[in-house]
Amino acid sequence: MELQELKTTASQIRRDIVRMVHACQSGHPGGSLGCTDLVTALYFNVMKINKAKGSDGYLQFSREGAGEDLFFLSNGHISPLFYSVLARRGYFPVSELSTFRKINSRLQGHPATHEHLPGIRVASGSLGQGLSVASGTAYAKKLKKDDSTVFVLMGDGEQQEGQVWEAVQFAPHYKLDNLIAIVDWNKQQIDGPTDKVMNNRDIKAKYEAFGWATVDLADGNDLQQVLDAIAKAKQLRGQEKPIVILMKSEMGAGVDFMMHTHKWHGTAPNDEQLAKALEQLPETLGDY
Amino acid sequence: MKKYTFTEKKDTRSGFGAGMAELGKSNPNVVALCADLVASLKLDAFIKDNPERFIQCGIAEANMIGVAAGLAISGYIPYATTFANFGSGRVYDQIRQSVAYSGTNVKIAVSHAGLTLGEDGATHQILEDLAMMRAMPEMTVINPCDYNQTKAATIAVADYKGPVYLRFGRPVVPVFTDADQKFEIGKAWMVNEGKDVSIIATGHLVWEAILAGELLEKEGIDAEIINIHTIKPLDEEAILKSAAKTKCVVTAEEHQLNGGLGDAVCQLLSRNTPTPVEMIGVNNSFGESGTPAQLMEKYGLNAASIVEKVKKVMSRK
Repeated sequence: MELQELKTTASQIRRDIVRMVHACQSGHPGGSLGCTDLVTALYFNVMKINKAKGSDGYLQFSREGAGEDLFFLSNGHISPLFYSVLARRGYFPVSELSTFRKINSRLQGHPATHEHLPGIRVASGSLGQGLSVASGTAYAKKLKKDDSTVFVLMGDGEQQEGQVWEAVQFAPHYKLDNLIAIVDWNKQQIDGPTDKVMNNRDIKAKYEAFGWATVDLADGNDLQQVLDAIAKAKQLRGQEKPIVILMKSEMGAGVDFMMHTHKWHGTAPNDEQLAKALEQLPETLGDY
Repeated sequence: MKKYTFTEKKDTRSGFGAGMAELGKSNPNVVALCADLVASLKLDAFIKDNPERFIQCGIAEANMIGVAAGLAISGYIPYATTFANFGSGRVYDQIRQSVAYSGTNVKIAVSHAGLTLGEDGATHQILEDLAMMRAMPEMTVINPCDYNQTKAATIAVADYKGPVYLRFGRPVVPVFTDADQKFEIGKAWMVNEGKDVSIIATGHLVWEAILAGELLEKEGIDAEIINIHTIKPLDEEAILKSAAKTKCVVTAEEHQLNGGLGDAVCQLLSRNTPTPVEMIGVNNSFGESGTPAQLMEKYGLNAASIVEKVKKVMSRK
């Protein structure tokens, strides 16, 4: 999928996100909107995935993903984005997005494998675990001589978790150069600006000190820049270093009143706010 | 009383090491991870034969659990190994989310459980791990009693698809189970059939239960002794059947009284056939430094204590 089509897809995914969060009056729109361009680019342009469909017309999903690129969402609270992307990509019916966070749904508050939702490989939500799991799959791919790539997205607030740094230490030790991590460096977290809550300072310098190759992404909400950064990261594969993309993004991107604040990290819009948000997000592929 | 003898004493962790060495030869999907305790976990033989299937994780247990989950997603059968203290409470949330809730086929294989870790003291003597792991949905919890049973369990859990917490220990203890035994997850082992009291024991306390059975026999008490190596899922049928026959039960484990085998047995009996129970375990306290034998005596985890509890529980029938 090329740039223009990616943009129209991202617009629809942003609509899905605010509608899903509005419908159940809970969930995390801010980070979901901020990471929409990245995850859309990964699933609709970058990642090598199995395109075979089952008899139900949906993409066949193998949890192992042999020969496929894998994506792990470590900051699982941006599940509305993950679910919308997976549904729009063809893993399950788009109509199922209406069940998000509701009783008896496969679309749990945070991503889970437990209800067998196609596209999810591990549960996430309790922060700090995704990089470890992704590293395990990257290690396995090396063992199996599978040349595909493992992507993992983390939040910048999440970098405060100690386990992240255990994994940051592990991946270069085993030269996991098939692993591309992305840090969503939006400088916001639930309690306020990251610098004020717990200053995690120069994340890039830290990754470099641990032995990672780094790629700057100045605007994670500019799809062309996103594609360029991922391409650059992929070029750095095979150099015996894991790669991290430091993605500056805007929490709430695409909805003006949700931007430049941490307020919309985990807050649902009311009816009026929903209408105002949807005015800014063209319906391109049809609402669910 | 059925006669049990032993010709040698070995540590259960060496049974784990021997099981891993065998799996290294027989199952190409088995991988081992360790958090800087290779010699303690007896992984040397596995690593020597399969260097590419061993992943040293350093002193970073949380990451080790996550990496193991990733390997399991990729089709491997990872054994994540460390001391029980660092493979349970320290990483409870990692096990909960990335292993149990995610249904990843990870075997958490941990040594140095309980008081018999000895001189290192209470910081390392985990006595709450069975409770934690029992409470975790979809977790299988196994606590074998000697070298041979640990080896058999280590091999058996590779064929079971799902998360397992396999717990063993540091000291050398009598080897009294069969070398070629078949290990069935969730199936109690009838050590001795009796009619006066049921002694239900796990781990290192099984041998103590046998010693207690011999002492009781001299006093004319015919004890039934059951080895529960699988704490979860519990062999409810075997326990209920035994309790129905003897009408009183003593449980014995190297663990807190809260939340372990004894609690599981009490829950089962009170729901089905309320039966007097006395429990052997550590009573709401931490351990301390000492030799394994000194500690087991001081905290009442030996044959003498079992005999005492048997007499008490029989008087309550």
